[in-house]
Amino acid sequence: MMEMYRLHGLTKEEYERVLEKLGREPNHVELGILGAMWSEHCSYKSSKVFLKMFPTKSEMVVQGPGENAGVIKLDESVWITFKVESHNHPSYIEPFNGAATGVGGIIRDVLSMGARPIALGNSLRFGPLDDPKTKHLVKGVVKGISAYGNSIGVPTVCGETFFEECYITNPLVNAFCLGVLPAGKMYTSRAREPGQVLVLIGSSTGRDGVHGAVMASGEFSQDRESKRSHVQVGDPYFGKKLLEALMEIIEKDLVVGLQDLGAAGLAGASSEVANKSGMGVELYLEQVPLREEGMEPYEILLSESQERMLLITQEEKVKHIENIAKRHHLECAQVGKLTDDGQFRAYFNGNLVAELPVSLIVEEAPVYMRERTEPSYLVELRKFQQEQLPYVDLKEALYNLLSSPNVCSKEWVYSQYDYQVGTNTVLKPGGDAAVLRIKWSARPQIRSERLIAITMEGNSRMVYLNPYEGGKFVVAEACRNLACVGAVPVGITDCLNFGNPERPEIMWQLEQAIKGMAEACQSLGVPVVSGNVSLYNETVDEKTARNIYPTPVVVAVGVVENRKFLDHKFKEDGHLIFLIGDLKRGSKVDGSEFLKRIHGKVLGDVPEVNLEKEKALHGLLLRLINEDLILSAHDVSTGGLMLCLLECLFGTSLGATINLYTDERLDFFLFSENPTRVVVSVKKEDAETFKDMVEAKGIDWVLLGRTTDDGILRIELYDEPVMEEKLEPLEELWKNTLEKALSHTL
Amino acid sequence: MKFAICVFPGSNCDYDVYYVIKDILGQSAEFVHYTQKNLEGYDCVVLPGGFSFGDYLRAGALASKTPLAYAVQDFAQKGGLVLGICNGFQILTELHLLPGALLKNENLRFICKDVYLRVENSQIPFTRKIEKGEVLNIPIAHGEGRYYVPEDLLKQMEDRNQIVLRYCEKDGSITPSSNPNGSIDNIAGVCNKEGNVFGLMPHPERASEDLLGSHDGLLFWHSLIS
Repeated sequence: MMEMYRLHGLTKEEYERVLEKLGREPNHVELGILGAMWSEHCSYKSSKVFLKMFPTKSEMVVQGPGENAGVIKLDESVWITFKVESHNHPSYIEPFNGAATGVGGIIRDVLSMGARPIALGNSLRFGPLDDPKTKHLVKGVVKGISAYGNSIGVPTVCGETFFEECYITNPLVNAFCLGVLPAGKMYTSRAREPGQVLVLIGSSTGRDGVHGAVMASGEFSQDRESKRSHVQVGDPYFGKKLLEALMEIIEKDLVVGLQDLGAAGLAGASSEVANKSGMGVELYLEQVPLREEGMEPYEILLSESQERMLLITQEEKVKHIENIAKRHHLECAQVGKLTDDGQFRAYFNGNLVAELPVSLIVEEAPVYMRERTEPSYLVELRKFQQEQLPYVDLKEALYNLLSSPNVCSKEWVYSQYDYQVGTNTVLKPGGDAAVLRIKWSARPQIRSERLIAITMEGNSRMVYLNPYEGGKFVVAEACRNLACVGAVPVGITDCLNFGNPERPEIMWQLEQAIKGMAEACQSLGVPVVSGNVSLYNETVDEKTARNIYPTPVVVAVGVVENRKFLDHKFKEDGHLIFLIGDLKRGSKVDGSEFLKRIHGKVLGDVPEVNLEKEKALHGLLLRLINEDLILSAHDVSTGGLMLCLLECLFGTSLGATINLYTDERLDFFLFSENPTRVVVSVKKEDAETFKDMVEAKGIDWVLLGRTTDDGILRIELYDEPVMEEKLEPLEELWKNTLEKALSHTL
Repeated sequence: MKFAICVFPGSNCDYDVYYVIKDILGQSAEFVHYTQKNLEGYDCVVLPGGFSFGDYLRAGALASKTPLAYAVQDFAQKGGLVLGICNGFQILTELHLLPGALLKNENLRFICKDVYLRVENSQIPFTRKIEKGEVLNIPIAHGEGRYYVPEDLLKQMEDRNQIVLRYCEKDGSITPSSNPNGSIDNIAGVCNKEGNVFGLMPHPERASEDLLGSHDGLLFWHSLIS
């Protein structure tokens, strides 16, 4: 028995804790349950203490962290709910199904709140594309997301894709879902009273994914490829039928609560429900509809088969639910009931196979305040002095950057996603944020005059250079993206992807990043309403251990009033181009794509975000958009000002003449990724009003130039030409880079 | 006008079509479940997009073997107006109400994007409010949209004016680069000989409001209603 606990991912100390609390040795089934539920993935044992730093409340927050997803009041009649979650480990082992089930899982989280999912997003990170295995991963992951999201009929409206060496064997797949529900009709995973029953609905239960939670809570070692059977298989068609059946069940008021089955399967879902309800639970495992013969209680309890949901209801409503399930071709069975004694009991054909206190399973997993040490690598990074970088030819650097998969167009990715199904997508992928209107055709009362905006943002290089400042940087950029389309941020959901928490340097990164993020959230007035932590993104080979860069991914959701929104593209010939924001500081290239791509370095320190200026800039942008004083707005980020200008021009057939008056090195000026800067375009006649308004807010501005009609980008320094490029070949390169990089797969 | 919107398990543009017909056009619309055998009393039947029966086996193949599909067949044979969008178009070819087949896209990937379409036949009830040669901006979203018919049949279809829409450039020219999925002759939509059954891969219901970027799709609906 002493060796068994290790197989279930428990440490010796954790197992001793079990023995002490239980007063006896757990049997095999019980050990399986505890191993899964005490895993990092389910219990957040390493991160819990730090997550408390996040602000989680505001006037609009109905439900903060702790439920399947956070909920926010959009207006008097509509609430929205959203969450982001990782599916990293499975996506490396089996990219198609790993990613597909990530999408399925996050959709069910939103369904659990009683909401109809209306938007998806994905944040993806891989190793460099010259690795054949990475090409396979990228294609598989994108195809998996595409297959699931498109088929289930929820549009994938936003996302990001990034490539860096540290993700080569630990790719990141973070899936986001947002849903809408009628105000006041939120469901939780709680029963109202003992005696209420549990109904399992959806797909049948098979052997897939047993141990998924344990796998996602360990580092990868050399046998990583052999863990394929731990990955679940998704079926979007079943997901779609489950979605429609649940909508009907909810509308007919047939349940008191819902809980999706994810990590740790039926054992996890039922013990969570019992714990939240302050009750016990009994399960009758022979009632569970099975996919395979001869399944053991252990497997039935811990299977992570997809497309299943646990409903909490009164016994007299079960028949009605069964009928609906039948009409949607779904399995459905009453598999247990809530009791009043706080015990988790599972029976199989009348035999008691597991009996544990619910609190032991859910509440008493250890909470660790792990050791934290500032990593020594930072000392080396900080020695960087950009002045020592050799000069490079601007044109050459530009072409080189446009052929970087981190800079180029991600159309290859998002064109594989149906981003318009549901006919709510107002601003499509490719800009700073997606904008959606809210309508639920089946229930016309669920409609809002407000639009919502969604953006996903992560900049792990910056977080690696300085987790605290990097954490601020990421949150600030996400909120800035929203401001650029005209939205006020109302909530954030985050996915914290980090390495092995048992290493003090990693824990330090985690603590610092959360601290920085929390400070930015506080200062920008945005609560964190839900989230997920993915640790152990580490690969241990013979002698080396490789951890990913600390990668917090932030999804910010905002509200657009009066349908006043903007995209990033320049609109007409003859408009003035301004840069506004925090401009009176040196252009740093630390942590930039320019430094990595052109000079092969990830060095330096994060250009710090001045949160006061950041906040003022967002307020200013909203005002400018509201008063129609700007015609486009685009945040300066990856690739710096140069890439920002190009993205404003691509697809418009316009050109631009940029006159610079700066004494800085031009490569630094054009490629710096300093934060808190936005490029806007303004009609000539509005220029004075515009400038007054910018200055009144204490924001800096500089006139960069004007748009032209000839499709040429001209850059002048003190009125001397320094560069003149036709935009068409640049755009071609930008458009085709990713497809080219992905071709010639083995 | 009274529309029937066919709902198969896995249909996912059913509500989008319903919204356009009901909320934007103010017409009457009802959902019809795939088990239903009768379509009497409707003026037009719409088969919406989606992944009917998960698109397992072949897109549209399973849906074409349902009671509702046979009712659609019956309805069409009696001269009723039938519109198939995306998956609906696939079902109509599987039902042989429309000639040809829809194969996997040439690049083997799902493609979601805005495309331009040239209207080649403005004589049928679905296009009569559109000028021949007019260029429309309407999105596509499909994995199996490469239209194919054998050459001899294609010739006959052309002679009978059954090619209704072709993928084109913004200026209306038919080029290989404007063909998103490898369809033969850039074909995006076809009708039957009689002109009462029309199938197209693009989604007019996604281009029926300025808020969503284009209202060109409204022309089809207005043609039907007028």
